[in-house]
Amino acid sequence: MTEFLLGPFIEFAFMRRALMGCLALSLSAPPIGVFLTLRRMSLMSDAMSHAILPGAAIGFLVSGLSLPAMTIGGLAAGLAVALLSGVVTRATLLKEDASLAAFYLVSIALGVLLVSLRGSSIDLLHILFGTVLALDDAALVLIGAISATTLVWLALAYRPLVIECVDPLFLRLSGRASTVTHLSFLAVVVLNLVGGFQALGTLLAVGIMLLPAVIARFWAATLSGLLPVAVGAAALSSYAGLLLAYHRDLPPGPAIVLTAGVIYAVSILFGRQGGLAWRIRRA
Amino acid sequence: MTSSAAGGTAPALTFRAASFGYGGRPAIQGVDGAVMRGEVLALVGPNGAGKSTLLKGIVGEAARLSGDVDLHGLRVRDLAYLPQQPEIDRSFPITAIEFAATGLWRRLGAFGRYRPEHRAEVADALARVGLAALEGSLIGALSGGQMQRLLFARTLLQDAPLILLDEPFTGIDAATEADLLGIVGLWREQGRTVVAALHDLAQVRAAFPRALLVAGRVIAWGDTAAVLTAGNLARANGRELAPPADPAADAALAALGAT
Ligand SMILES: Nc1ncnc2c1ncn2[C@@H]1O[C@H](COP(=O)(O)OP(=O)(O)O)[C@@H](O)[C@H]1O
Ligand SMILES: [Mg+2]
Repeated sequence: MTEFLLGPFIEFAFMRRALMGCLALSLSAPPIGVFLTLRRMSLMSDAMSHAILPGAAIGFLVSGLSLPAMTIGGLAAGLAVALLSGVVTRATLLKEDASLAAFYLVSIALGVLLVSLRGSSIDLLHILFGTVLALDDAALVLIGAISATTLVWLALAYRPLVIECVDPLFLRLSGRASTVTHLSFLAVVVLNLVGGFQALGTLLAVGIMLLPAVIARFWAATLSGLLPVAVGAAALSSYAGLLLAYHRDLPPGPAIVLTAGVIYAVSILFGRQGGLAWRIRRA
Repeated sequence: MTSSAAGGTAPALTFRAASFGYGGRPAIQGVDGAVMRGEVLALVGPNGAGKSTLLKGIVGEAARLSGDVDLHGLRVRDLAYLPQQPEIDRSFPITAIEFAATGLWRRLGAFGRYRPEHRAEVADALARVGLAALEGSLIGALSGGQMQRLLFARTLLQDAPLILLDEPFTGIDAATEADLLGIVGLWREQGRTVVAALHDLAQVRAAFPRALLVAGRVIAWGDTAAVLTAGNLARANGRELAPPADPAADAALAALGAT
């Protein structure tokens, strides 16, 4: 049993690296996801994750499967979309979510097209679904740095972020923190999506951000409970997903996100907060 | 100065020919006068008179179209402002005590430590508004009156010298209203300046020594008894805030070609 549960990680360095990368992401992305879902901005993170695809693809066109090039491309595209959506929302009075949905499909199409110009379909799979079993030192350092930056940012921005969520006018009237908080929040979302993109690919990066957050809603009622539950759910999904991928020879990115999906299904049924089983028992 | 209170006190808020509105159109104009420090002023007038616009204008949420507002050294961030319809996300999962504690934000900032004495101060504010037993409740679980009590607790914690309240007692039960009116009395004893938009004239006469009656402009400003006279009220209410829409008359005029 121990062999089954720990063997792959003891035996293979690439499994340990994959686990480290995913756990680092599990620390930072889910809290961001909690705030995204509470602010009803989940669609926006989804759109941003797709916007990263053409950015990374341009990096790929310029210098092949190179980490710095694709990271810079992804960051630039993600930030551009975040800012652009802000402008579009303000200019057109569309809801932020609606204006972002427009970017969504165009981005995927553009990204796939760009990669296909030069790369093989294997390259395309790498970019879409990540290469968690092939994380090199540079990628691990990048993910670690993103995770650490996010945690420091959360500690600094926690109070204004909470106030901005509950009563934006109150924060706006109490100084300049409002704009800084909102913009830095968008930047941190992009950072985590780019970090997730190294491991899980552009399509699934948003999974480790949002799924744990919606899982947490079924187990905790307060913000201070949601954050640790989301981190725990992400870490569990990472570990179990990698293990599943190893033993069943499955692609690891989808295995991780599917594991989170299973936890989500279980939470819908048995979660303490509004899970079906509890409701039926009470009824 | 058209509206100075007891002589010798300094003004907390001065308007000089100030107009405020939306999209370039004034909703209230030509406001001239001062609110003295420690004054508790009721802002009254019919619906659409521009009471909310005036308060929003003070904090910069409605555009100042002309004239000037002087806060005498205070910045907007030093004020406490309770809007008529706060944009509060009641579904956000924080507790009453956590919400009240956001009133300390200006003092603590992002980094200041939340010390036991702060915790005690927040608990004390909740007790003052009668919410001590509900400090652990999610804000989404509070009734309308309880939420208003909570907003007063947050305002207490803001410790602001100038407090703006927009219809703070509208839509709440009588017991809550009495308790919150008591808090306004406390602010008055503490020497804070309070401007409150109100519609209950009996309450204004009983609890607010000074009044400002508006209807798109200032109708009267001074001691409450002198402001809320039958003549002034008739002038305020007689002003047509918007021409009454009468589709039948319009159609008749159109038929006559007299548009
Ligand atoms: N956000 C807004 N945009 C445009 N017009 C507004 C807005 N808010 C209020 N008004 C108009 O300004 C006038 C004054 O409104 P308001 O200050 O809310 O009055 P009161 O608070 O005295 O009832 C009304 O005619 C109202 O229709
Ligand atoms: Mg109003």
